[in-house]
Amino acid sequence: MAQVVIRSLNKKYEEVHAVKDVNLDIRDKEFVVLVGPSGCGKTTTLRMVAGLESITSGRILIDDRVINDLPPMDRDIAMVFQNYALYPHMSVYDNMAFGLRMRKFDRRDIAQRVQEAAEILGIHELLRRKPRQLSGGQRQRVALGRAIVRHPQVFLFDEPLSNLDAKLRVQMRVELKKLHDRIGTTAIYVTHDQVEAMTLGDRVVVMKDGLVQQVGEPLELYNEPANRFVAGFLGSPSMNFATVKVSRDNGAIWAGNEGLRIKAPPRCMDRLGRYVGKEVTLGIRPEDLRVASAADPAEVGFDVVVEVVEKLGSEILLDVAVGSDTMVASVEPSVRANIHDRLRLALNPERLHFFDMQSEAAIRRD
Amino acid sequence: MIEGASWRRWIFFYIPLTAFIIALLFPFYWMLVTAVRPDRELYHPWNAPNYAPFWTLHPTLEHVRDLLTQTLFGTWMFNTMLISIAATAISLFCGLLAGYALSRLKFPFAGSLGTMIFITYLVPQTLLFIPLADIIRNFRLGDSPWALILTYPTFLIPFCTWLMMGYFKSIPKELEECARIDGATRWRAMVHIIFPIAVPGILSAGIFAFTLSWNEFIYALVFLSSPEQKTVPVGVTSELVRGDVFYWGELMAGALLGSIPVAFVYSFFVEHYVASLTGSVKG
Repeated sequence: MAQVVIRSLNKKYEEVHAVKDVNLDIRDKEFVVLVGPSGCGKTTTLRMVAGLESITSGRILIDDRVINDLPPMDRDIAMVFQNYALYPHMSVYDNMAFGLRMRKFDRRDIAQRVQEAAEILGIHELLRRKPRQLSGGQRQRVALGRAIVRHPQVFLFDEPLSNLDAKLRVQMRVELKKLHDRIGTTAIYVTHDQVEAMTLGDRVVVMKDGLVQQVGEPLELYNEPANRFVAGFLGSPSMNFATVKVSRDNGAIWAGNEGLRIKAPPRCMDRLGRYVGKEVTLGIRPEDLRVASAADPAEVGFDVVVEVVEKLGSEILLDVAVGSDTMVASVEPSVRANIHDRLRLALNPERLHFFDMQSEAAIRRD
Repeated sequence: MIEGASWRRWIFFYIPLTAFIIALLFPFYWMLVTAVRPDRELYHPWNAPNYAPFWTLHPTLEHVRDLLTQTLFGTWMFNTMLISIAATAISLFCGLLAGYALSRLKFPFAGSLGTMIFITYLVPQTLLFIPLADIIRNFRLGDSPWALILTYPTFLIPFCTWLMMGYFKSIPKELEECARIDGATRWRAMVHIIFPIAVPGILSAGIFAFTLSWNEFIYALVFLSSPEQKTVPVGVTSELVRGDVFYWGELMAGALLGSIPVAFVYSFFVEHYVASLTGSVKG
């Protein structure tokens, strides 16, 4: 039972303002992922929750108790590090028991809890080994085990899967998700990998340059990004952007540049209205583009030249030139396209995004 | 291994290596031969018939016996051992804590302090013994083991600190952070996690410190005067060279016996020692 509340949290190093006014409410049993490019302040935020970094200003509360000045050991948290941080001179059992011994648990209790955790993670037969005798995935499990034996109020994960190879990472990601469903402890997870963020998080916090860009459920962030950064950061391949000029013609709003001219759907009319005559950034995800058919109205289509064809099996990625811009379209695997082909693509007008050129914020209904 | 024709291997590998090994080991061999050579062969003119400078057909232990019975060699060994162990223990203790603090704790001037400690190590002993002699006299420590036990750390502590600092820096700090989240105080994390991992580093610092104090000459020569207080390097050279008379047999026997403890310590810890020079903990 633990909720974590972060209020106007700041961290300043001598020159750098690493974390700027972060506010977060993490509910009990929630799995929250902090995601962003390196240097965005996500790890610093996590380390402040852990008590490994001092707090410049602001407050962190766990279950309504301010923990700003508590040493790490008194915060009732457990942390899993990127490099596992297993104690190399201790066996797996001792690694997992260390935290309990430090807290003066009695011997039988320790044995029982370690066994329990070992069973959950399937590392039963490894208990006597030393960390150097384990593979990367096994070490990761031991690190997880060491965290769960303590039954802490909050789990902190600092890019725990980054040191694993791609296949193992996917596998451990699924296991982490299962583990969280089973144990249900509040968790804060830091990663730079947007796929991990989207798949693991009940809610995702996107950060950049020390600022929280957007907080929300994964699909909410994906479908309604608050700004251009969030839109471009989530999703792979990432969203296409083009600078377009907004104009009003025949009572409809049009967005166009040298390569395309799109009629904005009615629901965008009012919000784009005040940008008439100005430039905005148009965003469209690769999967919202398709090869135009005869049924598609002219105002959602535009002509492109294919530059690269990437056949991925389940889909084909077309890198295309649109005027002077390039875009990526994810199309059906049945599409036949070759380099230098001229194609007509259509987009799904309901899934268009518009961003202000200056603030980069999404242009939404007033 | 060098690839290519065998003559290349000989020119670039075997011959230089052999020359190097001979140059390195010959003094020890000379020491050994001289120590067991009887006097009548030792003081033979070089052009005498049957002169064989590189071996002897009549090995004898008489020099060793003389050394052990006619001189205070046993006392010197004891003195050297006592002083080396005490000085090493003090230096290791201080170096360990200082090295930890300089590599892990954030405090003002931590970086420049580390450099300053290193610079003190660079001040030559041949200069430092002059003011130190004054201090020793003022504290009335002259001619006692304390004179050396307390002055050796002046160069051993910087040395150990620097070495341990480097070693601690190679240990990921997450280990300690994890221990502190696990419920250990900084002190306990240091004692339970960091020090056990740093054992190879501690051992090599200890071996180095022990060897340096065992072989130290100039402080021992200046600060100690009575024969029964002397250490092996000073005792052997000052008591077995009388005027222009060199007791070569006893001198070499003394040198030989005196190097045994150091050789023993090295061979005992050599694995750890090598481990610490070639790297430490991997994630």
